[in-house]
Amino acid sequence: MKSLTKAYRPISWPTKGAGGDTGSWRTHRPVVDTQICNKCQICWVYCPEAVIDRQEITIDYRYCKGCGVCAVECPTGAISMEMEE
Amino acid sequence: MKTAQVIMDTGAHAAALAVKSARVDVVPGYPITPQTSIMEALAAMVENGELHARFIPVEGEHSSMAAAVAASAAGARVFTATSANGLLYMHEVLHMASGGRLPVVMCNVNRGIFAPWTLWADHQDSMAQRDTGWIQYHCSSNQEVFNTILQAFRVAEQINIPVMVNFDGFAISHCLMPLTLPSQEDIDRFLPPYEPEWRLDPAHPSSFSNVTNAPEYAPFRQMLSDDIMASIPLVKQAAQEYKDITGMWDGDTIDTYRLEDAEVVAFAINSMGAELRLSIDILRQQGIKAGLLRPRLYLPFPAEDIITALPQNAQVMVLDRNYNFGHPGGILASELKSVLFGRRNDITVKNRVMGIGGIDLTRQFMAAEIRAMMDE
Repeated sequence: MKSLTKAYRPISWPTKGAGGDTGSWRTHRPVVDTQICNKCQICWVYCPEAVIDRQEITIDYRYCKGCGVCAVECPTGAISMEMEE
Repeated sequence: MKTAQVIMDTGAHAAALAVKSARVDVVPGYPITPQTSIMEALAAMVENGELHARFIPVEGEHSSMAAAVAASAAGARVFTATSANGLLYMHEVLHMASGGRLPVVMCNVNRGIFAPWTLWADHQDSMAQRDTGWIQYHCSSNQEVFNTILQAFRVAEQINIPVMVNFDGFAISHCLMPLTLPSQEDIDRFLPPYEPEWRLDPAHPSSFSNVTNAPEYAPFRQMLSDDIMASIPLVKQAAQEYKDITGMWDGDTIDTYRLEDAEVVAFAINSMGAELRLSIDILRQQGIKAGLLRPRLYLPFPAEDIITALPQNAQVMVLDRNYNFGHPGGILASELKSVLFGRRNDITVKNRVMGIGGIDLTRQFMAAEIRAMMDE
C-alpha cells in the first residue's frame, strides 16, 4: 500500500485513541476506592469504552467519558462519581 | 502501436467495450434509458465470460452507487452507468464516493429531467451534480467515449477522485459510428492494474468514514478541493500518453476547431461540439471568422486553458443545453463569465439555451443561432 502520511482519507484502523481524546467530554469522573474494591472485574465487563485495566482496576482518564455505568454496576459500591473541577 | 481494429458501433457499446478493456473487477448496475444498453452489454460480457468481473444487479441507483463505493473501498476497479433521474437518485452517494476518495468511474448518458418526463438528451442531469466533488468529462463522439473512459480510470486512480464520463443520450449512445479499438496490449500499457492506497479488508479491520469533529473534517474538504484542481495536469498527461500509445486525440481539457483567428467563438459541450464544427464551416463560408472551443473537461473547469485559447476581442457564443434556474440562460455561460471576469475584459459573452429535451441541434440551426446572436 502507498503511504498515507500526508493524505486525508476517511479510513481509520482500530488503535487506542483513534476516536480522539474522549476524556475531555467528561463532567463526572469515576473514582475507585481501593479499600472497598475486591477486583471482581464487573466494572471491566460493563465499561463500554474499555478504559478499565482488568487486573489493577485503574481507569484511563484520557479516554473515559464519565458515563457512570461502572459506578452503577459495581456490586460493592467501590466506585463513586465525582464532579470534574 | 499494435494493430488496431476498426468496427461500427454505438456510443453505449463503445463504452462497454472500453470498460471491458479496462479490466474492471465490479460492475453494479440498474437500467435507465438511454443508459441501459451499456449495462446490457456489460452483463452479457460477464455472462459469456469475456469480462472477468462481478456484475451486481441492484434495486435502484442509490444502491448502485452504494455498491460501487463499497467495492471500490474493498480495492476493486469499479464501473457503473446511469442517466437523468438515476443520477439524481445517486446524488447522496456521489458525495460518499468523492469524500471517500474512491476512484469510481461512471458513465452518465445525458438525458433531461422530470417533470414532465422526457427520455431525450439535455445536460441538466450532469450539471446538477456540479458540487458533488466528481471530475466530469463531456464527450462529443463514440470514439471519444471509448478513449475517455480509459483516461478517466487513469486520472481517477492517480488522484483518488471519482470521474463521470458524460455523453448525449441517443445522438451518441444509440448511433453507429466507426470505432477504432486499440489492441489490449496497448490499453494495458496505458492503464496499469489498480493498486489501491488502502482497502477494506476483514484480515485488517478498519472503519470507513467515521464521524469527525470540525478540526478534522475541514482539512478533508480542503484537500478534496485542492486535489480536484490538481487533476488538470493529470488529465492533460493522460490525453497525451493515450495519444502517444494509440495515436488518438480528442483534445485534453479543451478541444478547439478553427479557433486561432476566430472573431466569433462557439462554446458548447458534448455532441453539440461535433456538430458545431460543421456550423463553423457554414459560417466561414458566409465570411464570418468563426471557431469552436469545446470544454472536454467540465469539472474542474479548465479556466487557464480557456483564458489562453480565446482569441483577442472574441465574441463568445455559449450554447447551453441546460437551464441555470434563478439566472437568465444556462450554466456554462455563468461558469465561463466567472473565469473571464477580471482576466479577459476584451471578451464578450452571449448565451442561448437550446436543444432542451432532445430538440435536434443541426449544423444549420446552430449556425443561424450564432448569426442571430451576433446582432444582439
